[in-house]
Amino acid sequence: MQPAEQRDEVEMLWLMLLIRRFEERASQQYQAQKIGGFCHLYIGQEAVVTGAIAAIRFDDYIITAYRDHAHALARGTSANACMAELFGKDTGCSRGLGGSMHFFDKEHHMYGGHAIVGAHVPLACGLAFACKYRNEDRVTLCFFGDGAINQGSFHEALNLAALFKLPVIFICENNLFAMGTSVERSTSLKQIVDRAEGYDIPGCVVDGMNFRHVRDTLSEVVESIRKDPHPAFVEARTYRYRGHSMSDPASYRTKDQLEKYRLDDPITRLRAQLTREGKLTNEKFDELDKEAKQIALESVKFAEQSDEPPLEKLYDYTYANSGVEAGVSPATKDSAADTAAATK
Amino acid sequence: MNMREITYRQALNEALTEELARDPNVFLMGEEVAEYKGAYKVSQGLLERFGPKRIIDTPISENGFAGLGVGAAMVGLRPIIEFMTFSFSFVAFDQVVNNAPNMLTMSGGQFNIPITFRGPNGPAHQLGATHSHATECLYANVPGLKVCTPATPRDAKGLLKTAVRDNNPVLVLESELLYSSKGMIEPAEMELLIPLGQAEIKREGSDVTIVCYAQTVALALAVAEKFEDEDISAEVLDLRSIKPLDERAIYDSVAKTHRVVIVEQDRPFCGVGAEVCYRIQKNIFDELDAPIGRVSQEDVPMPYNERLEKAVLPNEEKLIAAVKKVCYA
Ligand SMILES: Cc1ncc(C[n+]2csc(CCOP(=O)(O)OP(=O)(O)O)c2C)c(N)n1
Ligand SMILES: [Mg+2]
Repeated sequence: MQPAEQRDEVEMLWLMLLIRRFEERASQQYQAQKIGGFCHLYIGQEAVVTGAIAAIRFDDYIITAYRDHAHALARGTSANACMAELFGKDTGCSRGLGGSMHFFDKEHHMYGGHAIVGAHVPLACGLAFACKYRNEDRVTLCFFGDGAINQGSFHEALNLAALFKLPVIFICENNLFAMGTSVERSTSLKQIVDRAEGYDIPGCVVDGMNFRHVRDTLSEVVESIRKDPHPAFVEARTYRYRGHSMSDPASYRTKDQLEKYRLDDPITRLRAQLTREGKLTNEKFDELDKEAKQIALESVKFAEQSDEPPLEKLYDYTYANSGVEAGVSPATKDSAADTAAATK
Repeated sequence: MNMREITYRQALNEALTEELARDPNVFLMGEEVAEYKGAYKVSQGLLERFGPKRIIDTPISENGFAGLGVGAAMVGLRPIIEFMTFSFSFVAFDQVVNNAPNMLTMSGGQFNIPITFRGPNGPAHQLGATHSHATECLYANVPGLKVCTPATPRDAKGLLKTAVRDNNPVLVLESELLYSSKGMIEPAEMELLIPLGQAEIKREGSDVTIVCYAQTVALALAVAEKFEDEDISAEVLDLRSIKPLDERAIYDSVAKTHRVVIVEQDRPFCGVGAEVCYRIQKNIFDELDAPIGRVSQEDVPMPYNERLEKAVLPNEEKLIAAVKKVCYA
């Protein structure tokens, strides 16, 4: 994997295509009942995560909510491991135990996939705290929705981050809705980014449909944090084309609104920018798209052919090996002897 | 009397409608309860009928709106607080467990808290570890809270109405898997109140008692039916309320059958079954002809994989084995 600074835009366009084609396949497989539980698609928001990833190094940390397929893919988790997770297979990125909402990939510094709204925002502080503690210059990207900013955990986390000057970037993916509740109906402020001000955290707004805008803004923020650790807040204005989850018909919003954002599609936009600048031909684009579709298709085959997690392993992940030598430790032995003596 | 068939979802909707109509102090608050009509469409039509003053959408702030409910109850309103699922009630745990039930004692009897917390509880289907909690044992552990777990449309309506009228914090633990299930119920114009702490025999039997509640009632009934062919007559006792617990009904049934299996939807360690089991052996030990059987979830966080999830949950196979064991069959 290339360091982010050198990742070229054509590659990032390809990543957006991969995310979209992957999720289109996932949607189809969900309808065919190959995927269970809740499944939330990211389609429409691709520029946010790809733009952000393009601004960081591979060893930086990321953590997100339950709309997480794209974040894992963007980090480098294979489409195979992602699809297998959706299918609940042993080869999935969480061994088929987590499902759509709980993607994890330690190797790629993807710290989840968290399904309780707001609950992972303090975790991001913990990741960032550990980096600072160890004198590492990593940054942590914490993605969450507009719905999460009204949870207590969010507010507590922002205050902690500011107080301890933690190297964490809070990225609010404002897609205007939390399920059926629009931002105006959930949030007392006109602008979400203003929340940051209350905690003395520098904030900015980016056009979440524009890859370059996201990347360039984030790059500046990241650079400043690496020099001198501190938290930052980025409100990315974006839109999800699909319903909240596979079961949501999204009747709370208008067709016009959806159309408006579709016309502003992040993939179309970057493609146009690159074409205009002579960095991309139509043939090359078609080739990229074909490849993305092929990888998505292959991932379904891979998932289908993979094994289920074995039943015998049901209890394997409830507790980690205690790490303590087996047997009674000297301290307990002594107190056991004391008790025996006392009862005599 | 003309009984009719309705869904569990409709039954809850009727209960809400009737209680909102009866008492202007009652209001419904929660995520997506108004304009979206509830994540599981339980509050259909309520916004239109009662307006946004009483049917209130909230931001995703469980701790905040649960606490708001407790405060409003201190000064005489009767909030119905919906958790989209009880797995999310953990965000509001402090309000439900510390503020609501302790207030009466701490204030020396000055402030009772007439609040209802309701919503789906227990594992649904492949929702994974964070979204599959069966919370009844956690909440029943707290003095000052009442906990009921309706399994049928009739019980859902009768218990929810009673909960709203109770002067204490009551949790009505519904079930996503039951919302579309159907059952017979009294005509709409009849007032239906089912007391908390009253179990119901859902099926009479003489050889073994299966104690169950919520999602496990249908399971127990199906298994009881299967045992008919083997000449084992199983009585199915639905607790309906976890707290208060109808001990009398349990003892009466066990005194008749002398054998008992508890099938619960929560986890085994410190679960509902453990408490029921303790009380049976303490109070009617001599009536038992066999050690008490218990079927519950496996003691693991819920896996997403379908086959593993099935292995974690109580199922027919496990219940049949447990019944056979206590019947020495
Ligand atoms: C504590 C908690 N409450 C409620 C939910 C149910 N829920 C899941 S997603 C969601 C909406 C979140 O919207 P937002 O944060 O804007 O993210 P988006 O879905 O738009 O990506 C809700 C209410 C939950 N998962 N956790
Ligand atoms: Mg949103």
